[in-house]
Amino acid sequence: MQLTEQISESFGTLKLNKMRTGLAILGIVIGIGSVIALVSLGQSSQQSITSQIQSLGSNLLTISPVRGNSGMVRTAGAGTTLTNADATAIKTSTKITTVKTVSPEYTGRLQVVTGKNNTNTSIIGATSAYMVVHNVSLSSGSFISDKDVTSTARVAVLGPTTATDLFGEYVNPIGQSIRIGSQNITIIGITDSKGGTGMGSQDDRIYVPLTTAQKLLFGAKYLSSIAIEAKSAEVMDEARIEIGYLLLDQHNLTDPTKADFTIMSQDDILSTASSVTGTFTSLLTGIAAISLLVGGIGIMNIMLVTVTERTREIGLRKALGAKKKTIITQFLTESVILTFIGGILGIILGIFASFIYSKINSSTFYISPVSIILAFVVSAAIGIIFGWYPARRAANLQPIEALRYE
Amino acid sequence: MTNTIIEVTNLSKIYKTDVLETIALDDVTFKIDRGEFVAIMGPSGSGKSTLMHILGALDKPTKGIYTLDGESVEKLNDDELSDIRNRKIGFIFQAFNLLPRTTCLKNVMLPMAYGGIPKEKREEKAKKLLTMVGLSDRMFHTSNQISGGQQQRVAIARSLVMDPALILADEPTGNIASVQAEEIMDIFQDLNDKGHTIVMITHELDIAEHAKRIILIKDGKIVSDTENHKQARHKK
Repeated sequence: MQLTEQISESFGTLKLNKMRTGLAILGIVIGIGSVIALVSLGQSSQQSITSQIQSLGSNLLTISPVRGNSGMVRTAGAGTTLTNADATAIKTSTKITTVKTVSPEYTGRLQVVTGKNNTNTSIIGATSAYMVVHNVSLSSGSFISDKDVTSTARVAVLGPTTATDLFGEYVNPIGQSIRIGSQNITIIGITDSKGGTGMGSQDDRIYVPLTTAQKLLFGAKYLSSIAIEAKSAEVMDEARIEIGYLLLDQHNLTDPTKADFTIMSQDDILSTASSVTGTFTSLLTGIAAISLLVGGIGIMNIMLVTVTERTREIGLRKALGAKKKTIITQFLTESVILTFIGGILGIILGIFASFIYSKINSSTFYISPVSIILAFVVSAAIGIIFGWYPARRAANLQPIEALRYE
Repeated sequence: MTNTIIEVTNLSKIYKTDVLETIALDDVTFKIDRGEFVAIMGPSGSGKSTLMHILGALDKPTKGIYTLDGESVEKLNDDELSDIRNRKIGFIFQAFNLLPRTTCLKNVMLPMAYGGIPKEKREEKAKKLLTMVGLSDRMFHTSNQISGGQQQRVAIARSLVMDPALILADEPTGNIASVQAEEIMDIFQDLNDKGHTIVMITHELDIAEHAKRIILIKDGKIVSDTENHKQARHKK
């Protein structure tokens, strides 16, 4: 019997028991669907993290304070060891030859109030260098100037999300006043959208002069971080070493292992972030693979039931001249059709689920073609692997016993 | 083409369990020629079913030689047995054994699919045979939509599609009403008149009397093998 004939016959058989066929397929649909959806979720979050990190700026080094530095254990966080003097030293020292721009920064969160709206958002104390180092561009108004910093001006630049949150879509916020903490602040500019979502979004921010943040809003004398733009990508390592020794000097430390700061390059951040999302993705994929395995066992179970139920039919077919190979092909075709249909529906379900996810989170919608091809191959393979044992059992039935079977 | 369809020599079948050895067939020897209509009779437990399984190449003898239409059967493996069943034997079972929820036409076409006959020829032949058994108006009915007698006629059509050397019927009227049973026997006699060789296993004497020769088995041995001169005819 030709394969095309076998396939159409198997379709006929599967149609006879729609409920059972449907349930067997459902297991595979869920399995393949969750693999596709979770892989795509992992990959799209990896992509968005990568693009967010890359949009932070080029040739970027970030110096962060380290708190509780005792021997091997370093706890990153709100340390107080970085100061304005450190930033000035990096800017002015003759030992530093590879640095182009220095951006001292203070970051905190505060409640922000306008007439009727209020929001809790990131406040970044910045200097004019921030704009250069972090590739910030403005959609309207102007950024914080050096003069604003020296005069501790009560001015602010809003991210587009914050602007919409506070003033709505159709109001121009420039010149308007908002209340940050206990201070009245005048808005002088709006930045362009950089994309990204959630807590770390660069669109949901308010920039104020560094001095304003430190003295008026947070009452802090230290910096949260210093961002450095190196002169070129080639001198990044050199810059890191120069700055490292300078800051050790500044902080009167001799042992580099006891440094109370860390210097991270964009690549460091990127590789940390992608190793985290990579682990996350493989974890999710693992869970999805288990559900796929369960789906496969479901197929095997259904096929075994089918073989038992159709013992007389198998006996008859053998009596009429079906060879072992023919019977194996018949049952394998049925199980592969089951998993194949399940695979196709699963792919559709997976794509649909990822699409919904990306809509809800307004993240990038991304389906890798590899995962679709893989899903096809895996679903067909499941049909063969889990269909093999029941099919062999059917083929090895002795015709007399099978014919006698009640 | 030989004139002997079945040649069985010193055939024995012994079923062994751990404690028991049951001799189902004990040194049976006989011959059936082309064009014969033989009824194999015997009470239950006589070994007639075992003999039918071996003659049908569904089972292998423990000892002895079985030659079917010039081909030696006793040493074949499972797939070769499938092949010889397909080519040489047309089966008719007591329980009809049609594929459920499948049309009569497809049921009749099934052996030809296993025999590698081209698809176009299958339908033509199946339709011809269904017409011959008087079911031209039931071809596209499924097997559970027709009566027992009609199902058995579908099975007869199915048994003929591969032009077998032997038609092997196992209690062909056991599951059908007596009026329809007579119709089935009429078809058998017609087929025999056309030259088909038929071996029929039965325990009913009035059914056996439609055959030309009756072999009686008891305790695994042939106790009588006689010509049936007063062959029953119930022609309309």
